[in-house]
This record gives sequence, structure tokens and C-alpha cells, in this order.
Amino acid sequence: MPTETRRRGGPPRHLASRLLVGSVLAAFVVFFVLPVLWLLLAATKTDQQLVHDSPLSFGSWDALSANWQALTAFQDDIVLVWLRNSAVYSVLALVITLCLAVPAGYALAMTEFRGRRALLVATLVVMLMPNATLVVPLFLELNAVRLIGTMWSVVLPYAFYPFGVYLTYIYFSTAVPRDLLAAARIDGCSEFGVFRHVALPLATPVVALVGFFSFVANWTNYFLPYVMLPESEQMPIQVGVGSLLSNVPSFNPTAGSLAVERPQLALATLVAITPVLVVFLFAQRFLVSGMLAGATKE
Amino acid sequence: MTRPRLPANASRLSTGASRQSRAGVAFVAGYVVLLIAFGVLPTGYAVYYAFTDAGGAFTGFGNFVDTARDFRFVDALGHVALYLVFWLVSLVVFVVALALLLHRLASGPLSRTLRFLYYIPGALAGAASVLVWLFMLDPTVSPVSSLLEVLGFDTFGEVIAPGNLALLFTVIAFWTGAGGWIVVMYGALNNIPRDVMEAARIDGASAWQTAWRVQIPMLRKWIVYMVILAFAGGAQLFVEPQLLSLASVGVAGRDYSLNQLTYDFAFQMNDVNGAAAVSVELLVVSVSVAGVFVARSGFFDAD
Repeated sequence: MPTETRRRGGPPRHLASRLLVGSVLAAFVVFFVLPVLWLLLAATKTDQQLVHDSPLSFGSWDALSANWQALTAFQDDIVLVWLRNSAVYSVLALVITLCLAVPAGYALAMTEFRGRRALLVATLVVMLMPNATLVVPLFLELNAVRLIGTMWSVVLPYAFYPFGVYLTYIYFSTAVPRDLLAAARIDGCSEFGVFRHVALPLATPVVALVGFFSFVANWTNYFLPYVMLPESEQMPIQVGVGSLLSNVPSFNPTAGSLAVERPQLALATLVAITPVLVVFLFAQRFLVSGMLAGATKE
Repeated sequence: MTRPRLPANASRLSTGASRQSRAGVAFVAGYVVLLIAFGVLPTGYAVYYAFTDAGGAFTGFGNFVDTARDFRFVDALGHVALYLVFWLVSLVVFVVALALLLHRLASGPLSRTLRFLYYIPGALAGAASVLVWLFMLDPTVSPVSSLLEVLGFDTFGEVIAPGNLALLFTVIAFWTGAGGWIVVMYGALNNIPRDVMEAARIDGASAWQTAWRVQIPMLRKWIVYMVILAFAGGAQLFVEPQLLSLASVGVAGRDYSLNQLTYDFAFQMNDVNGAAAVSVELLVVSVSVAGVFVARSGFFDAD
């Protein structure tokens, strides 16, 4: 383990404690990363190789492409349909969330209006509520307005994102000085102009953070679409791979003739997580700076 | 509309303030619509259904009694309780310990890399994480099959025996959820003022003493926040047992968790009132637990 320049001084640590810390951290690296590594490799194997070869060996590009063929052939490219569904639902909800949550957090932090406190309390309470518990009542409610089976039955509930409102609220109230807004008003800026030209540019990190969390939450949600969108062509990829699972004979002996093999399921899982990983890579800079926003404020 | 009487500082409110007030209302309007539609209304709906029967007549606690008498209810309650104990303890102990260790590594590239590696499974939340662990726990394909065999498990069915499930779900949930919290705790540790840490050092506190007496108390609010959200999330266990029941060769049932029961009541047995009753129970328990934690920890107090 490379020796870092430590920010805090103190007596040099003993070799033994250093080794202990190193091995604990390394053990957790194995725990967190090994399954992902295995998953990457599993997608390159045939089912035979999966069982008989070393678990961490690379299969072949041919097997990978054969797995992809088999996966896409399953119910005529249904996997691509699921992916498109996930993208449509997640991005639509993300756009609505950003358009509504960021101004709401801004207004709660920077302006006074009647009902502001009540709204803050309601947002906190709703945030504490178990979302999945509300799925059944949500179903009943959306059923009453005949939205069940349409994509709005998941997009609109996804778009409601109190966590994002709270995050922007904390950000604006701690990181943006009110004087700055007052100065802009004196210069003749309209309220919307102040938000658009002064507050919003300062809030880029928190907008990215809210966007990232919202996207991941929407993309990985299982229970809500599982209940709202029972038709196969409407499923997002999460529910889709779940339904693939019941066609894998080694997990489910009653699987029908449309059998899916385990490496194809592994590949489907990989496909399902790739967008989140890509977004995470892009958002990481903001994630770290966003989390540390308070740290730089001295 | 005439303004109601305002408190003493109302004199500060000028025409500019009323302009701001109108703008504030406009800025929150869209969010308020969603809050009512997808927060307040479904909650009200659930409460209404929980206390009425299929015909809409008031039944008092009838639905609660009926669902509690269901032969699967007590088992599911026990499963979820046991899972919550494992899950919360492992989360608090390991997340705090790992964040402290990473923080001691200094903010170099090593710490950043480790945080990234720990976070990766976070991308696999939901169904994906369960699928990965189905493979990890199947001795025929698992990269740790020798470990499973040492522990006495030769077949997938033995690994996922009902007695092991609470622990297995904990491992899955920790695998996906811990990384994000480690990032949060690490950021919170960075927020501890430098002079506080400096003072501890000058007083000759060891790393252990600094962690226990200074850092952990200052992380308290974040830990409480994590416990509240993890409790609410854990109480609603659904996707893990649901997928496992699909893949378990009949070993695991569809009635492991309370949330699976609500699903079953609502969509298999056509008993939305019973489902709503169980939902309301989960809601009440989660909000009360949150309330206790919030009250006892001074979560809302300003520092």
C-alpha cells in the first residue's frame, strides 16, 4: 500500500496496525468487486464453461456474441424494448424532477411565503415514509384516474422526488448567500431572472447530484413498475431481467421451451446496469464535490 | 387577498417581499402538485382503505385483525424483524468503521479509488443485485464455491434454506447499499472542523480515541439519518425475496416479507383493504421509529 502524505500528523503507525487496516480495506474490495468482475466474465462464457472453467477465467468473444444473439433473440428483441422503456421512463421523470425540485428547493431556502414551513415539514415526513408501502395505494389512486398500464403510472410517481427538494434546499440555504440575490434584485432582475441567472449557475453541483440520484432511483426501481406495468412490452429492464430469471432452467425447473441460459442472464444483468455505471462515472466529480460542499466553506 | 396579521418582523416585509412571496409560491407550485398527488393522497387513500371494507363501509380495526390472523403474517413479521436487526447493525458498524479507516488514509488517490470500488455495486441496486447474488450463492458457478463448501453448502438449495435468508438478504443489501453511505460518511468526516481534530491530536488522543470520542459523536446525525432511511427501506423488503422465490426451485416462498404479503393480498387475493392495512402498519412503524430516533438524537436541532 503506497504511503500517502497524511494531513494530520501524529506518531507513525505501527506496521502491524497498518497491515491490519490494509487487509480489512482489501477484504472489502474483494467483497464489493469480485461479484462484478465475475459477472463481466460470466457473460463471455457458455453455460458449460460457466460450470467447469475457473470462475475468474475469460471465456471467448465468440461466446459473448453468441450470448448477445441469444439474448436479443429472446421474444424478438424484447430486451432492447425493455432498455428503451427504462430510458424513456427514467429520463422523462428526471426532466420533470429537475424542473420542479430545483426551483422548489430554491424557493424554500431563499424566499418567504405562506405555508413554507408546512411544506418543509411535509417534505421531511414524506421522505421518511417507506415509498414501497405507498405502492398499493398509488395503484388504487392511478387506477381511479385510469392511468394504470400507461407509462405515466410510473413516470409521474418517479418525478415526485422529495429527497431532491431537500438536497437543493440544504444546498441553497448553506452555500448561496442571500446578499447575492438581493444585489441582483436591486440591479433590476426579476425573481425568475435571479433564479435563472444567479442561483442556478451556482447550483450546478447540486443539480447534478439530484439528477444522478433521481436517475439511479428511477432506473433501479422494481416494485412500482412491477405493479403498474404488467405487460411485457411495457416493462423496464429491471422487471424484464426479473422475468428472464423465471426462464432459466437451472434456477427454475419449470421453465418452458424458451429457456434462457445462465450466461445470457448474466449478460442481461450487465446490460441493465451499464447506463447507471456510465452516469456514475460522469457524475463522480459532482458526487464528490457535492458531498463535500460544506467542507470547502470556511 | 388581505394578509393575515403577521408576527413582529412583518414590518420588514416590503413590496419587494410580497413580490418574492408570490415568486416563491410559483416556484414550489409544481412540486406541491406532485407532493399532494403522490405523497399525501396515496397516504390518505391507504388509511381510508385500511379502515373500510370492499363496499366502503367503516370496519374499524377489522382489516388489521384479519390480516394479523393470516397464517403467514407472524412469520413474515419475524423474518422482517430479524433481517432489520442484521441489516442495521452491519450497516452502522461496517459503514462507520470503513469511512473512518478510509479517512485515515488521507485524501489521496488511494482513498478515492477505494471509495469508487466500494460504490460500484450501488449501480446494481434492485433486481440486478439479487441476480448477481443468485450466482454467487450457487455452488456450481460461484467464484467462492470452495468457501461455500467449507461452510457445508453443496447445493444452491442448501445455501438458500429458509434459516439463512435473513443473513443472505443482509449481505445483498449491504453489498449494494454500503458504498453510497461510505461516500456520505466520508464527506461528513471531512466536515469536522480541522481545529477539533488538531485539539484531539495535541491532547495525545490515539486514533481509536479520536474516532470514538470525537469523530463518531460528530457523525451522530448522519448515522441517525442512515438508520432511519435503512429501517424504512429494510421494512419494505420485497425485490430480494420475490426474485429468490422465482429462482429457488421451490425452496423460498412468496410470503417471506410483509411487503410480499401486501402484494399478495392486493393482487392475488383481491383484498386491497387488507393490503392497505398492512401498508398502514408498515407506515406507522417506520414513521414512529423515525420519530423516536429524531427525538432522542436531536436530529432537527441546529448545531
